[in-house]
Amino acid sequence: MEISERHEHDVLVIGAGGAGLRAAIAAIEAGASVGLVGKSLLGKAHTVMAEGGMAAALGNNRPEDNWQVHFRDTMRGGKGLCDWRMARAHAAEAPDRVRELEAWGALFDRAEDGRMNQRPFGGHTYGRLAHVGDRTGLEMIRTLQDHAVHEGADVFMECTVFRLILVDGRVAGALAYWRPTGEFVLFRARTVILATGGLGKAWKVTSNSWECTGDGVALAYGAGAELMGMEFVQFHPTGMVWPPSVRGTLVTEGVRGEGGVLTNGDGERFMFRYVPEMFEGDYAESEEEADRWVEGDRTANRRPPELLTRDVVAKAIVAEVEAGRGSPHGGVFLNISEKRSPEYIKAKLPSMYHQFKELAGVDITTDAMEVGPTTHYAMGGVKVDPETAATCVPGLYAAGEVAAGLHGGNRLGGNSLSDLIVFGQRAGAAAAQEAGDVSFAEIPASELSAAVAGATAPFARDGGRNPFGLQEELQAVMQDKVGIARTERALREALEDVHRLRGALDTCSVRGGRAFNPGWHTWLDLHAMLTVAEAVVLSALERRESRGAHTRIDCPDSDASLGRVNLVIRSSDGRMVTDTEAVSEPPAELRQLIEEGV
Amino acid sequence: MAERTFKVYRGSGDDGQLESYTIEVDQGMVVLDAIHRIQAEHAPDLAVRWNCKAGKCGSCSCEVNGRPRLTCMTRLSDYEEGESITVTPMKAFPVIKDLVADVSRAYRNNASIPRFRPRPRDAEDGWRMKQFEIERAQEMRKCIECFLCQDVCHVLRSHGKHAEFIGPTYLVRTAGYSLNPIDVEDRSAFLKESGGIGFCNITKCCTEVCPESISITDNAIIPLKERVVDRFYDPVKALVRLVRRR
Ligand SMILES: Cc1cc2nc3c(=O)[nH]c(=O)nc-3n(C[C@H](O)[C@H](O)[C@H](O)COP(=O)(O)OP(=O)(O)OC[C@H]3O[C@@H](n4cnc5c(N)ncnc54)[C@H](O)[C@@H]3O)c2cc1C
Ligand code: SF4
Ligand code: SF4
Ligand code: FES
Repeated sequence: MEISERHEHDVLVIGAGGAGLRAAIAAIEAGASVGLVGKSLLGKAHTVMAEGGMAAALGNNRPEDNWQVHFRDTMRGGKGLCDWRMARAHAAEAPDRVRELEAWGALFDRAEDGRMNQRPFGGHTYGRLAHVGDRTGLEMIRTLQDHAVHEGADVFMECTVFRLILVDGRVAGALAYWRPTGEFVLFRARTVILATGGLGKAWKVTSNSWECTGDGVALAYGAGAELMGMEFVQFHPTGMVWPPSVRGTLVTEGVRGEGGVLTNGDGERFMFRYVPEMFEGDYAESEEEADRWVEGDRTANRRPPELLTRDVVAKAIVAEVEAGRGSPHGGVFLNISEKRSPEYIKAKLPSMYHQFKELAGVDITTDAMEVGPTTHYAMGGVKVDPETAATCVPGLYAAGEVAAGLHGGNRLGGNSLSDLIVFGQRAGAAAAQEAGDVSFAEIPASELSAAVAGATAPFARDGGRNPFGLQEELQAVMQDKVGIARTERALREALEDVHRLRGALDTCSVRGGRAFNPGWHTWLDLHAMLTVAEAVVLSALERRESRGAHTRIDCPDSDASLGRVNLVIRSSDGRMVTDTEAVSEPPAELRQLIEEGV
Repeated sequence: MAERTFKVYRGSGDDGQLESYTIEVDQGMVVLDAIHRIQAEHAPDLAVRWNCKAGKCGSCSCEVNGRPRLTCMTRLSDYEEGESITVTPMKAFPVIKDLVADVSRAYRNNASIPRFRPRPRDAEDGWRMKQFEIERAQEMRKCIECFLCQDVCHVLRSHGKHAEFIGPTYLVRTAGYSLNPIDVEDRSAFLKESGGIGFCNITKCCTEVCPESISITDNAIIPLKERVVDRFYDPVKALVRLVRRR
């Protein structure tokens, strides 16, 4: 089987979500030729689904807001594990990156004075999220997509990279297949940026699409890069729970940002009971105070406890359900109809209104939604240099959800979209600069034919396992044994399961031809999902404490010494091993900022 | 739990036929769920596009019993028990395989639209706009690029004017730029010539199928047509409009 097509670019960007598009634009601005590859059609990457908004300390609603407050919120939300340099760059650069989107055609909702409006979200001291109703991701991706196309990015849609090619230890390109035809394509490049997004598809209940199989994590790991913080998978507190076919579909935090209230099966507004020590005094202490805040009096009142960080809210919901105080379908109730008028709800949360009406037959302007946790976001991922987003593999960069460091043990809502544009831009600029100093490498044909033979192997087998069955089994393992509440015992079992499923990959067979064959695609994606699964399980075993999104019921407390290290995963003699690495200490003035406030 | 039979288009190009599959269906299932169940249980090589499963990405467009629909937002309970459900790819596009249509032409159309060009910033930190001024443009920017309007438009579907007419999806996209209060680009020549806006005879079929409830004809196409008319047949009005916007 032959490679039917070859392309050459200074910079190859793998991934066409917010991070990849922004990286492509930055690389083009720096004079590089750019190839942009994505698994779906352009504009359909996961970013399109982002709802609530994008965090940036513009200070439009509250002049007290500035990068220092945003930095502090991010660091505190991350439970001590954020890279302070990334958190600082993110907070400092997000405002310019957001304003730039307007210059490229984005239209965010306005405040009275004509500037961008900003909405409150969990863990953010002030209303900080620039947004468009509840379709912020759509606005972002359309804007970036049209800008990148007009700037001259060479776009390859529905094309999946399954192997990075190294020559003399440097990344020299990538091998991909066209999904529509199954033909193989070789991309040669001077530098490569991974912007492949998340990995939630390894769990059964998830807000993530089929694309989120952690390909970038696996590609980087396979090329010798290090992974970090893989135990930190964010379970978003509010996914749909009913009907079964939409279980996991996201209900934006914007519902709570706009005043939505969580109650249990007994009708109790339970979040008041779950305010952690660290945040005591930052949240309203009575329903009346919370109501006054929702009504707009935000200086004299504190925000409702529904706006605590996601890890806290998700765990509270699980605790309520386990105590027998759940809703009929095993969640809790989220109700905005008592706090806002139908017109307001439809204007501010139109797609939530639509989603519940069409898919669950619930009118959220009059009735409560039933919600429960759903696998949502990977804080961990490929370890990168905090300034340039470079990995430890020469020529290889990573930005966006695939990269680790900014969010530590828990990400604040809205901090992902801003992460994409801040670090997408940084990665694109750095990769373009490095590309100026290196030349294209010759890639040995033998390596390519071996990779192609491996990728097509299941076509030659007959009567083997169906890849969809294997995928379902993995999702059940991760859901049941590597979910919100973890134990050493379940994790050990999960590790064995993952090894067993890895072995089963070689017994799968695929029917039909190579043209648009989802069974084959799933088989290929499973390689990445299993690498991700193993890394998550190993890290979760190693972190014998509870912190942020990682909860060990057998080690329920935080361990201060573990709060100073990140877990790093690398390949050693073909085996996956974990290691610890000290979190770098911020300089004194920033430390003071984090501890004492602005 | 009940059983239901689906007829699904299988094949590539014009070389295909409807195949029947019977599966168990659960409460609340949508057509896309049924396709996925068929894929997992009977036909792992059945091709279909999807991403969000919540009506936000516009990937899963097909025709269900001949009507252009987002399959992820079409509930099985919308069809009588006993009524058969037939799923076929969008008719106005070439078929790649099974339910997957070749939409590459649409992306080329999009790239041909003169890009957004803003007036100079109103202040150092950007532009000042009132919410009511941007509502029309925001309506256009709700478009999820599902191509259902493109699929239903008779100019494309029945008359095949793909080379001459960019179609409703991209008239909506153009309107999204042109109705942005800070945009200063004049796209009327483009609309008149390569955009082929004259082919649209305002039948409103596109508006009827839009899952985002965009008033495609009234709020996008008619205002754009007016601009073209002003620009080419009433230059004074065009000038006034331009000055007013500045
Ligand atoms: C429902 C939902 C709502 C959200 N709302 C918000 C919000 O309001 N605010 C916020 O800040 N965050 C939000 N998030 C999180 C945020 O949307 C994501 O973290 C972010 O969009 C990820 O962007 P990305 O550019 O890193 O990757 P993605 O947008 O996921 O893009 C990844 C790209 O990589 C491509 N790719 C992957 N693997 C390969 C491969 N092997 N070969 C080629 N291409 C590949 C994909 O095709 C895709 O183009 C939300 C997430 C979800 C699921
Ligand atoms: S109104 Fe115009 S664009 Fe819409 S379907 Fe009719 S002819 Fe096509
Ligand atoms: S205008 Fe409506 S129907 Fe047409 S592509 Fe956009 S969302 Fe789909
Ligand atoms: S899958 Fe996204 S609109 Fe249907």
